[in-house]
Amino acid sequence: MSLHTFAVYVEDRPGVLNRVASLFRRRGFNIHSLAVGHSEIPGVSRMTAVVQTDPGGAQRIQAHLYKLVNVLRVEDITTRPAIVRDLALIKVTADQQTRTSLVQLAHVFNARIVDVAPESIVLEMSGSEAKIDGLLEVLRPYGVLEMVRTGRIAIARGSGAESTERPSGALEVDEGISYSV
Amino acid sequence: MKLTGAQILWESLVREGVTEVFGYPGGAILPAYDALLDYPIRHTLVRHEQGATHMADGYARATGGVGVAVATSGPGATNMVTGIATAMLDSSPIVCITGQVGSRLIGSDAFQEIDITGITLPITKHNYLVTRAEDVAKTVREAFVIAKAGRPGPVLIDITKDAQQASCIFDWDAAAPTIPGWRHAHPIGQEQLARAAALLNAAERPVILAGHGVMISGAMDPLRQLAERAHIPVAVTLLGIGGFPASHPLNLGMMGMHGEAWVNTAIQEADLLLACGMRFDDRVTGNLKTYAPHAKKIHIDIDAAEINKNVRVDAGLIGDLRDVLERLLPAIAVNERAAWAQRIAGVRGDAAVRDIQQLPDDGHLYAAHVINDLWRATTSDTIIVTDVGQHQMWEAQYYHHDAPRSLITSGGLGTMGFAVPAAIGAKRARPDAEVWAIVGDGGFQMTMCELATAVQERLAIKVAIINNGFLGMVRQWQEFFYERRYAATPLSGPDFVKLAESFGIHASAVSIRGEVLPAIADARAHDGPVVIDFRVEQEDTVYPMVPAGADLDAMIRRPNPIAETGAD
Ligand SMILES: Cc1cc2nc3c(=O)[nH]c(=O)nc-3n(C[C@H](O)[C@H](O)[C@H](O)COP(=O)(O)OP(=O)(O)OC[C@H]3O[C@@H](n4cnc5c(N)ncnc54)[C@H](O)[C@@H]3O)c2cc1C
Ligand SMILES: Cc1ncc(C[n+]2csc(CCOP(=O)(O)OP(=O)(O)O)c2C)c(N)n1
Repeated sequence: MSLHTFAVYVEDRPGVLNRVASLFRRRGFNIHSLAVGHSEIPGVSRMTAVVQTDPGGAQRIQAHLYKLVNVLRVEDITTRPAIVRDLALIKVTADQQTRTSLVQLAHVFNARIVDVAPESIVLEMSGSEAKIDGLLEVLRPYGVLEMVRTGRIAIARGSGAESTERPSGALEVDEGISYSV
Repeated sequence: MKLTGAQILWESLVREGVTEVFGYPGGAILPAYDALLDYPIRHTLVRHEQGATHMADGYARATGGVGVAVATSGPGATNMVTGIATAMLDSSPIVCITGQVGSRLIGSDAFQEIDITGITLPITKHNYLVTRAEDVAKTVREAFVIAKAGRPGPVLIDITKDAQQASCIFDWDAAAPTIPGWRHAHPIGQEQLARAAALLNAAERPVILAGHGVMISGAMDPLRQLAERAHIPVAVTLLGIGGFPASHPLNLGMMGMHGEAWVNTAIQEADLLLACGMRFDDRVTGNLKTYAPHAKKIHIDIDAAEINKNVRVDAGLIGDLRDVLERLLPAIAVNERAAWAQRIAGVRGDAAVRDIQQLPDDGHLYAAHVINDLWRATTSDTIIVTDVGQHQMWEAQYYHHDAPRSLITSGGLGTMGFAVPAAIGAKRARPDAEVWAIVGDGGFQMTMCELATAVQERLAIKVAIINNGFLGMVRQWQEFFYERRYAATPLSGPDFVKLAESFGIHASAVSIRGEVLPAIADARAHDGPVVIDFRVEQEDTVYPMVPAGADLDAMIRRPNPIAETGAD
């Protein structure tokens, strides 16, 4: 069992996120994180789903996802060289005494200070989950008031077959996989 | 041409070839019902919306076409849930149409508003909420494609009342389905086929496992050719019954929990299993850890998600069964496999001695006798629809099906109450066929209201109630696993003969063996619906049985027949 990362292209329609989430729940897979947003193709959203499973489970997830009518394409990018990022906004207690050291910490972690108020500051950090966890750990003693994270988003590196230029509005069929609606 | 959404609905269904629908009206679907009168579609008024879905299902299974059920919003829609789930688990193509409150009321808990697309999300292949008349035609077209294609299944279309009432231009061609996520199965490579053929040709003790996919794909011929050429015995799943003729010398019979002992023994001794359109259900495999331990496994299935789901296979061929078998055939070597045939005949001999058919007529009426007599009295093109329970298993064991689609039964969900409505649907689909429902006294009481439907629609189904005064199958589990503590399984019922007669149905009761064949003959001669109340042995048991989760060859066998009848 390990974390598997899937890039899932879906039609941008009401209820599609629900269908995907419901599938994971129904088949007993644990979603570690699920991030959704627009893709490079108009009308097509891209999800990054991170799921705890074994290789057999990962294959079945792919097959099950393809059975959803609104799912256009699924890539398991777990073992492919990929850029994987998580974005966090963290609000921390900050006063006259602590503000300077927080700014230094932010600098060390490559995080940005995006809001400063009399009693708190907000840090923004993007990076691997582990890096963000690291920042969080050193921030805890100051008093973390609020935090929000996107969960992983991922994209394969370089010009693999999948990331070559596509005709706009169309997705290629993955020849390696057979599937039915 | 400008039409209302309601008119477009029927116009589209007509163009999809629909001639029969099963339904029940209500406020939110009234515009559609009103428009229905102007279209050449026959509506069967059911007595409960669950019945409508089972009828659509029975209709679909009898022909391979798509069955259509219609209901109103709210309770009408929720009453369909069991029937939709039944169709989902058995891969049966039905389209369910429900009315919905006006689109502006959605989300307001309006009268009879229910989120039926949300409720049916995990039990449909796909579902739609249609809020504009403009979307009706395209949605219907897509729904039919999705219901039929690949691995078939139910699709639900929820149409708001205003979408039914509004008018728009009807343009069938412009409404051609566009399903961007649609993919055809990737054709299997020559290499994969060659590998599978090599495994098969090398096998000394192969068994074919034939499932529901044989019927769905229409693969009866290539399956038979393959079995005959390579002399491979064929075991069938409950839903695969009829896909390979029972009378064929290579037929083994049903595998699994209530499969005959020799079938499961053959599977456990096999060195190769060729699984054809079956999904290794847990009632088929028993304990997965000890399942067919010596066998290499080849799995042909159209659904990639089934490969390696329950059983790890050595070769998974994803595609339409008929197509795959036809391409596999030329590579299969002729082989007599005499030693294997001899071994199987040996195991079979032992079981025949224990067979209930050998039991003397000792005055008791056994369900297995009734069913076996029904088989003797009817022809192979008869459609038998069973309910769920002991009688269902006896049917599988003692009615020998030679024709595909001649047994219709709820396997995956095991839905009691299925038989009577599904038989009505099957009779609608094949009006010239003789259709029998075999049903327990428990399941019959769940949907017996549909007898009124049969009468109103003049559908001459024959209903054989296997009346044992118990929820028999559950009683059997209590007998084996709960020290005969019969909690909530003794069951009373009305006088079924009087009940049927009150519906205007010809009925009789049978309690001795000698009356079975005459009653069947009488039912067959009568040209309307018939009910026969077979008052059978109360505490009879389905043998053999593999307890849930046990090893497939750890069967509870029928006791020696002498012991069983010794008391009389
Ligand atoms: C009381 C009770 C007892 C039962 N006992 C038994 C028992 O002893 N033995 C038994 O076998 N069953 C038994 N069952 C039924 C069991 O639960 C399953 O429903 C049954 O085994 C499923 O059979 P199947 O896999 O052939 O069909 P399905 O569940 O319908 O699966 C069909 C398979 O075929 C595939 N398929 C569909 N179309 C195609 C195509 N065109 N090409 C290729 N593949 C295709 C599908 O993807 C799917 O994998 C029992 C049920 C009940 C209620
Ligand atoms: C709707 C539903 N409820 C409960 C069950 C559980 N169940 C399975 S078999 C059975 C008993 C069926 O009794 P009956 O209809 O009399 O048939 P018999 O087993 O006696 O042949 C029950 C209650 C079920 N399968 N379906």
